[in-house]
Amino acid sequence: MLESFQIIISLLDSTIRIATPLIFCAMAGIFSERSGIIDIGLEGKMLLSAFVAATATFLTGSPIFGLFAAILVSCSASLIHGFACITNKGDQVISGLAINILASGLTITLGIALFSRGGQTPPLASEQRFMPIDFLFLDQLSFVPVFGELFVEVISGHNILVYLSVLAVFFTYYVIFKTRFGLRLRAVGEKPEAVDTAGISVTKMRYQSILIAGMLCGLAGAYLSIAHGAGFGREMSAGKGYIALAAMIFGKWNPIPTLLACLLFGFLEALGVRLEGVELIWIGEVPVQVMQALPYVLTVVLLAGFIGKARAPGAIGVPYSKEG
Amino acid sequence: MKNNENKGGNEAIASLPSSTESAIELKNITKRFGHVVANSDVNLKVRTGTIHGIVGENGAGKSTLMNILFGLYKPDSGMIFLNGQAVDVNSPEKSIALGIGMVHQHFMLVPTFTVLENAMLGNEGSMLLRSGEEVVLDRLKGLSNNYGLDVDFEAIILDTPVGMQQRVEILKALNRGAKILILDEPTGVLTPQETIGLFDILRSLREQGVTIILITHKLKEIMSITDTVSVMRGGKVVADFSTEKTSPEELAENMVGRKVLLSIKKPTLKVGKPVLEVKNVSHESKDGVLVLKNISFDLKEGEILGIAGVAGNGQSELLDILSGIETLQRGQITVNDKTILPFQDWNSKKAREFGVAHVPEDRHKRGLVLPFHNYENSILGYHRNKNYSSGFLMDKRKILNFVDDLVENFDVRPRSSSISSGKLSGGNQQKLVLAREIESNPNILLVGQPTRGVDIGAIERIYEDLMKLKSKGTAILLVSVELDEIMSLSDRIVVMNQGTIVGETNSSNATELDLGKMMSGLEQV
Repeated sequence: MLESFQIIISLLDSTIRIATPLIFCAMAGIFSERSGIIDIGLEGKMLLSAFVAATATFLTGSPIFGLFAAILVSCSASLIHGFACITNKGDQVISGLAINILASGLTITLGIALFSRGGQTPPLASEQRFMPIDFLFLDQLSFVPVFGELFVEVISGHNILVYLSVLAVFFTYYVIFKTRFGLRLRAVGEKPEAVDTAGISVTKMRYQSILIAGMLCGLAGAYLSIAHGAGFGREMSAGKGYIALAAMIFGKWNPIPTLLACLLFGFLEALGVRLEGVELIWIGEVPVQVMQALPYVLTVVLLAGFIGKARAPGAIGVPYSKEG
Repeated sequence: MKNNENKGGNEAIASLPSSTESAIELKNITKRFGHVVANSDVNLKVRTGTIHGIVGENGAGKSTLMNILFGLYKPDSGMIFLNGQAVDVNSPEKSIALGIGMVHQHFMLVPTFTVLENAMLGNEGSMLLRSGEEVVLDRLKGLSNNYGLDVDFEAIILDTPVGMQQRVEILKALNRGAKILILDEPTGVLTPQETIGLFDILRSLREQGVTIILITHKLKEIMSITDTVSVMRGGKVVADFSTEKTSPEELAENMVGRKVLLSIKKPTLKVGKPVLEVKNVSHESKDGVLVLKNISFDLKEGEILGIAGVAGNGQSELLDILSGIETLQRGQITVNDKTILPFQDWNSKKAREFGVAHVPEDRHKRGLVLPFHNYENSILGYHRNKNYSSGFLMDKRKILNFVDDLVENFDVRPRSSSISSGKLSGGNQQKLVLAREIESNPNILLVGQPTRGVDIGAIERIYEDLMKLKSKGTAILLVSVELDEIMSLSDRIVVMNQGTIVGETNSSNATELDLGKMMSGLEQV
C-alpha cells in the first residue's frame, strides 16, 4: 500500500515536470491562434530558445540573462512568422514549419560551431540554473499524513519556472476573457473585418498576440535547458510543441481545460517512462511507442466522440485583407 | 491602446466654410483601382438631420464612395467636408472619431460573441471588461430605448435573427458616437416586417438630428423614407433629386441611362399538361421539426407557379427536395411522368437527367463556386455532358466556346470567360447561374429568389429571360419573398405558411393585401 502511494506521488511529481513546457507552449498557442494565426512553430521557437538560454547562461554565468535571451530570440522568431504571414499574407502553416526546420538545423550547426560537442552545450553548474525552491514550513507539514507528503513531494520543490507556468495559465485566462485587449484579440481571430471597421488595427492586434506567444515559448525553452535540464541537447524539444498544440485543441482553445490536457499528457508520458521494461499482468510489456502515441490518439478519439467538437477560431489561418 | 471615446470632430485641418447646413460634402472625389475608375469627380452634399438615398446599379461606385467616406479607401483626389470643415479621413479609426458610423451590407459582427460584446467592440469603456460592460450597457440601454433599437444584450449573435443583428450594428455605431450613419443595402436580408421596423428606427434617428445615408437598389424604399436622393451611374453622380419631386420611373431611367420597363409583358400562352406533380409531401428537418406538411400541387407546361411566403416557411426545403438535394421522406413526386417515391434514389444529378434545372436561392452557397472562373462555373453540374469533355479530360476549348456564347447571349458583364465569378456583381452572378440552367434546356425550372441582391437593370433582364423560357413551354416554379415579383411574374400563386399551403389564387385576381394576410397565416382561403 505504502509503496503504491509512493509510486503515485513520484508519478505526479514527474507529471508536473513534464507538463511545464507543454503548458507554456499551449498558452502561447492560445494567444496566437485566438488572434487567428496558426502557430505550428511552437516547437521551433521552444528549441531555439532552449539553445539560446543554455548558450547565454554558459557564456555569462547568469540564468536570468539566459532567460531573457531566450525570450528575445523566441520573440524574434515570432516576428519572422508575423512578417511572413501577417504583413505579407503568407501561408501560416508553411511559415511555422519553416521556423521548425530552421530551429532544428540552426541549433545543431551553431552548437557545433561554438562548442564542438556534437550539438550539445557544455553542462551548466547548479548555480547557473533555476534550482528547486523549497517552501516554508516543509518540516512541520511533512508530518501531516497523505496531504503533507503530497505537498512536500508534488507541490513543493520545483524550480521557479514551474510555478510561473501555472501563473501563465491564469494570466492567459484573465487577459483573454477579462480585458479589453482580450476581447479584441478574440474578435480578430473570429472576424477581423469587425475589428477593422471598429477602428482597431488588425495587424497591430495580431503582432501583439504573437509577441506574447513568443515570450511564453521562450519560457518553455529556457525551462528545458536551464531549469529542468542542465544544458542544451540536440532536438531536446522532442515534439513537445506539437503535443502542446494537441493539448490546446483538446482544451478547445480555453486556458483551464488546456492546462488539464497538458497535465493529462504529462501524466501519460510519466507513466510511459515508469512502465518502460515493466511486465504488466494480462498485458505484458507495453512498447514505448504506444505510450508516446497516446496523447495524439487520445486527442483524436476524445474529440471525435466524447467531449464534442472543438471549434477553432473562425478566421484562423486566413490572412486579413481589406479587399475581402 | 487608443481610446476612441467621442473625440468629436477636432481633427479638422483647413476651414473652408461651405454650406453650414450640410453634414457631409464631398467635392470632386476621384478614385481609381488600377485602370478602373471607380469614382470620377463625384460631388455630393447631404444636409444635417436628413435621410439621403444613394441609388445606382452594382458597380456604379456607391460602395467605393462610402468606403472613402468611412476611411477604408483613400481617394486619389478630392476633398471631404464635415459640417463645413475640410477633414482628412484616412482610416476607419479617424472617421469613427469624426462621428461617422457605417452599417455594412455584410454585417461586421463576431458570430460567437454576445450582442453586448459586439456592440461595445472598439469603445469598451475601460481596460477591464467587467467595469467597461457596466458603463457601456448603461449607455446602450439608453440608446436602445431612445431609438426603439430592441435587442437582447445577452444573446449570442449566431442565435439572433438578422433583423436584430442589424439593430446591433446600428447600436455599435451609435455607441461610438456616430452622428452620421451610412447604411449599405440594409434591407437586402430583411423580411417586410423587419424593413418596416428598420425604417421606424431610421425616422426616429432623423428626428434626433442624426444624418443618414441610405444605399439601396430598391426604389420603393427610396420613395418611402428618404428626403433627398442622388443617382450614381458609371462612377459619377448623374442626378440629384428631392424625393417628393421624383418618381421611381425617373430614378430607374437615370440609374440605367435609358428607359426601363418596370412592368412585365406576360406572354399569353395556353398551359399544357402537368409536368410536375407533388402529392402529400412532408418533410422533417434534422432537428426533428416538421417543416413541410402534406404539400400538394402541380405545375403545367408553359406555366409559372409562384410560391409566396415569408422566408423560412418551408419554401427552401421544398426546393431542396424537388431539386434532389434533400431526400424525399414522405409523399410522392412525379416529374415528366416518372414517379419518385420516398427514400428512392433521387439526387441532383438524376433531377438534371429528368429535365429539372435549378437556380438556387443562395447563389454563393449553391449556385457558384466563387473562386472558380466563369467558364468553370458555366458548366457546373453539367460537366458530365459529352459536349464539354473528351474521355475523362475536360475539353477546355469546347467549354470556352460555349461560355463565350453564354455571356454574350445572357449579357453577363464583363464578357469574360476567365474572370473568377466571385468578382462579378450580384446581378451578373445571377445571370450566369440562370444562363447555365436555361442552356441545359430543361422543361422544368426551379427558381429561388431570382433577384435577391440584384440591381434593377439585371432584374429587367432576368425577368425577360424567364418570360422567354415560359413562352418556349418550360414550366417554372418561382419561389420568392418579394411579393411584387411573385405577382407580376406568376400565372398562379400558392402561399406557404409554416410548412403548409394556406392558399391558392390566380394572379390576375390576387391583391397584395390578401396575399399578405395569407402569408402571415391569418387567413385561409
